[in-house]
Amino acid sequence: MHIELAVVLAALLFSIGVYGVLARRNAVLVLMSVELMLNAVNINLVAFDVWLRDTLHSGQTFALFVVALAAAEVGVGLAIVVQVYRLRGTVAIDDLDELTEPGVHRD
Amino acid sequence: MIEIGWLVLALPLVAAAAGFALHRRARRGAAIVAVGALGLSTALSAVLAAGVLGQPERVVESAFTIARFGELRVQAGVRLDGLAVVVVVAVCVVALLVQLYSIAYLHDDNGYPCYAAEVSLFTGAMLIVVLAADLVMLVVGWEIMGICSYLLIGHYRDLPESRPAAVKAFLVTRVGDVGFLLGVLLLGVAAGTFGIGAVLANAGALPSATVTVACLLLLLGVAGKSAQFPLHTWLPDAMVGPTPISALIHAATMVAAGVYVVARLFPLFRVGPLPLAALGVLAAITMLLGALVALAQDDLKRVLAWSTVSQIAYMTGGLAVGVPAAAVFHLLAHAAFKALLFLAAGCVLHATGQSLMSRLGGLRQAMPLVFVTMTCGLAALAGLPPFAGFFSKEAVLGAAYETARGHGEGTPWVGWLVLVAGLLTVALTAAYATRLWLRTFFGAAREDTTPKQVSSLMLGSLVVLAVPTVVLGAIGLRSRWLAGWLDAPGVALRPEAVTTALSTVLGIAAIAAVVLAWRRAPDRDPIRPRPLLARAFYLDDVQDLLVVGPYRRFAAEIADYDTRVIDGAVEGYGTGAAVLSRRLSRLQTGNVQTYATVVLGAAVVLAVAAVLL
Repeated sequence: MHIELAVVLAALLFSIGVYGVLARRNAVLVLMSVELMLNAVNINLVAFDVWLRDTLHSGQTFALFVVALAAAEVGVGLAIVVQVYRLRGTVAIDDLDELTEPGVHRD
Repeated sequence: MIEIGWLVLALPLVAAAAGFALHRRARRGAAIVAVGALGLSTALSAVLAAGVLGQPERVVESAFTIARFGELRVQAGVRLDGLAVVVVVAVCVVALLVQLYSIAYLHDDNGYPCYAAEVSLFTGAMLIVVLAADLVMLVVGWEIMGICSYLLIGHYRDLPESRPAAVKAFLVTRVGDVGFLLGVLLLGVAAGTFGIGAVLANAGALPSATVTVACLLLLLGVAGKSAQFPLHTWLPDAMVGPTPISALIHAATMVAAGVYVVARLFPLFRVGPLPLAALGVLAAITMLLGALVALAQDDLKRVLAWSTVSQIAYMTGGLAVGVPAAAVFHLLAHAAFKALLFLAAGCVLHATGQSLMSRLGGLRQAMPLVFVTMTCGLAALAGLPPFAGFFSKEAVLGAAYETARGHGEGTPWVGWLVLVAGLLTVALTAAYATRLWLRTFFGAAREDTTPKQVSSLMLGSLVVLAVPTVVLGAIGLRSRWLAGWLDAPGVALRPEAVTTALSTVLGIAAIAAVVLAWRRAPDRDPIRPRPLLARAFYLDDVQDLLVVGPYRRFAAEIADYDTRVIDGAVEGYGTGAAVLSRRLSRLQTGNVQTYATVVLGAAVVLAVAAVLL
């Protein structure tokens, strides 16, 4: 099996995820980008598990953990986004800068 | 015998401690403690004197070590000899009378208990100086006296001039004390011991240059405490304190301490000619200075204060010509008549509320007892026979005359200097004493205030002091009396014919001149004061100009440095940190994505660094 295919795919997915987290304004899309990054890691875990012929299949086990955690994270994250939307009427991340140092002008 | 010495020393100190512990309102208790302890001390001192003077071998010493510094030991101890016990008796008697007098004088003063304890402490400190067997112990007593003089001169806290006078007394004597301390340390290190007996016994064996330097340093302290030129300026200002304190400072403690210390350490001063010559020059200057300034003062107490400056110079003059016995004789006589004069002046002040001579006068009828006793005191001050001051002053002048002729062990020119200054001072002293006498007790009462009744306790103290003022001169007549007690055989303390004739003529001429001037215009000052004299030769201004002014400017400079540089540095760190953190806080934009970008950037940089390095 060619590990390169899986690694390149994972790297692409991770990069797309990073771009989404850093650049998207919509909080829901940022959460989705986080999912992309997690799944890129999952691909890596499963691929290396196969490639290294791990008898204990720890890669697959980890991947399952990550899927479970990602589900929980999305639940909490979406709940927060919904609450933010109710309070602020927006889910644009740049507008949520309550923690700015007072007196510092926004750029 | 030595136990009695310890007891005499300890009683006033214990009384002081007990007095400070008493309640502020406990007047009666404070008086009982102070007078009781001092009375007991006085009685014991008489026993001590009788015992010590009766023995053929006088010097008794007992000491125990309280600290060790390598080779050097510091001891607490009592050293009894003829000189010490004679002075102890004088100190105790004067201090006891001052305590008794103060009960009446400070009758309406709320600070009395504290005052009484301070007087006890002052007396105890003087007794430490007198009895100390160790130079360090002597310095301790010396310093306690300094702080007591500060506290007591500043007793009237409400008077605006009291605080500066107290601070001045403290600081001016402090200047001398620095020299004194250095002198003591130098002596101790050179001799390998601080014990007075051992240092004196080794005086000849020590390098004479060291001893000379140490003696000159000691003289600085003596000039400070004994109010000798140029450190005399504190004494006249000290008059703002209660009058009994002036009596104590001028007669028994403080100013007597300097003279006493030189007399006690006299074998050291014999080693080289320089210290005694310096002392002689200072004595001559101070004598004339004090007497001239006393001529021009209007305040009764200030006249007496300046007369003390001049009279103490007689004692230092006696020391300078190499006859400590004469100096101690004058010290004893002066203690009696100056205490009397101050206490009498206190009676005048107490009765009339006034101490300016221009507003006094005609008190002869109103205060007969004060008049009689003060006349005795002034006659002794002016050196009229047969009062005590006459004999003691003649002893000093006679010693100076002997030295001037090259008979004594002192330097002849110092003898001449002291003799000439002393004779001139006799005339001046007679003049200002007469002026004081006439302006206070004769003529018409210048203000129609009727003097209040003075309590019998105060008058009693005057009468008691009048006795030695009249008869104390007799102890110099027989060579086995005072000269024998002081272990100074062969020293003539009897009046010398030449000097006696000269000084008596001068004194009587001065008195006659003042009386004649006064008779021409009884309500005017017989000696019109010149501003130069009234302002004490502007020495205070010189002191201000040379020392106080530059020092203040220096202090202002330091304070400025403190605010600008030191405080500036501290505050600079504060404001610098604040400015910097305000700059840095701009990074806190509140935008989560910015933070995440920075974290990513940092991670990439770290990863690249880890790979490359």
